[in-house]
Amino acid sequence: MSIHVFYIIMGLMTLSALWAVMARSLLRSALALACASALLSISMFVLGSPLAAVFELSVCAGLITVVFISTISLTQPMSWHETMQHVHDHLKKYWYLPVILLIGAIVLTTVKVTFNIKVPETNVPADVRDVLWHIRHLDVVGQVLILLVGSFGVSLFFKEKHKK
Amino acid sequence: MSSMASTLFLPACFFVSLLFIAGFYYILATNNLIRVLIGVELLMKAVTLLLVAAGYVSGQSALMQSLVITLIVIEVVVIAVATGIVIGIHAHNKTLDARKLRNLKG
Repeated sequence: MSIHVFYIIMGLMTLSALWAVMARSLLRSALALACASALLSISMFVLGSPLAAVFELSVCAGLITVVFISTISLTQPMSWHETMQHVHDHLKKYWYLPVILLIGAIVLTTVKVTFNIKVPETNVPADVRDVLWHIRHLDVVGQVLILLVGSFGVSLFFKEKHKK
Repeated sequence: MSSMASTLFLPACFFVSLLFIAGFYYILATNNLIRVLIGVELLMKAVTLLLVAAGYVSGQSALMQSLVITLIVIEVVVIAVATGIVIGIHAHNKTLDARKLRNLKG
């Protein structure tokens, strides 16, 4: 893989993140976040993590975007007066961000940091399924518990009240 | 550590820093609760990218993939519960503006 491909993917991802922040409409912001997720999954695939890339694409770019769009559609749209006020406030708030990002990029490129980390040899298997089921199996138990707790919490939020 | 892997780590850290700046700025500047959640998502993306880059550099992609999968599961549950809270807040207060939520103010 060429490093230029990595630079292009990362640059597009940063632009998507910037679009998510700068977009006036919440819907466009959610779509920009989905674009950033899709680009992140491409970069994960390029960096040799295909299984995590599939998870990222299906869950983060797909499911979470659907959750955000459902939430946006369930909440009340703003009135015309609120919308005009929001546009004015939005421009005032967020025009600093591209400037801050540019300054941050210049500072980070001028600071010379070198990493000379010696990674110790480990007996971790090269297959992610072996790692997940034999070494990090407590993580799987934790994931199941978190999913159960999350579904219990969401069901509590949307519980229908029975009227007598 | 191969030279290609080591040359990829610094650019990855650079873009992770930019994503962190964007996410933190979004969370700090906005009052809309859904936008706060989108900012949290941006921070999660930065962490995911850093983990994947670290796995690529250290040659332990399998271990890092398992951590990333755990992170994604936690991310989904956090977002699902948080959006449920946001919808509940909107149903009670008819607003998503955090400045107008003063029910607990003493």
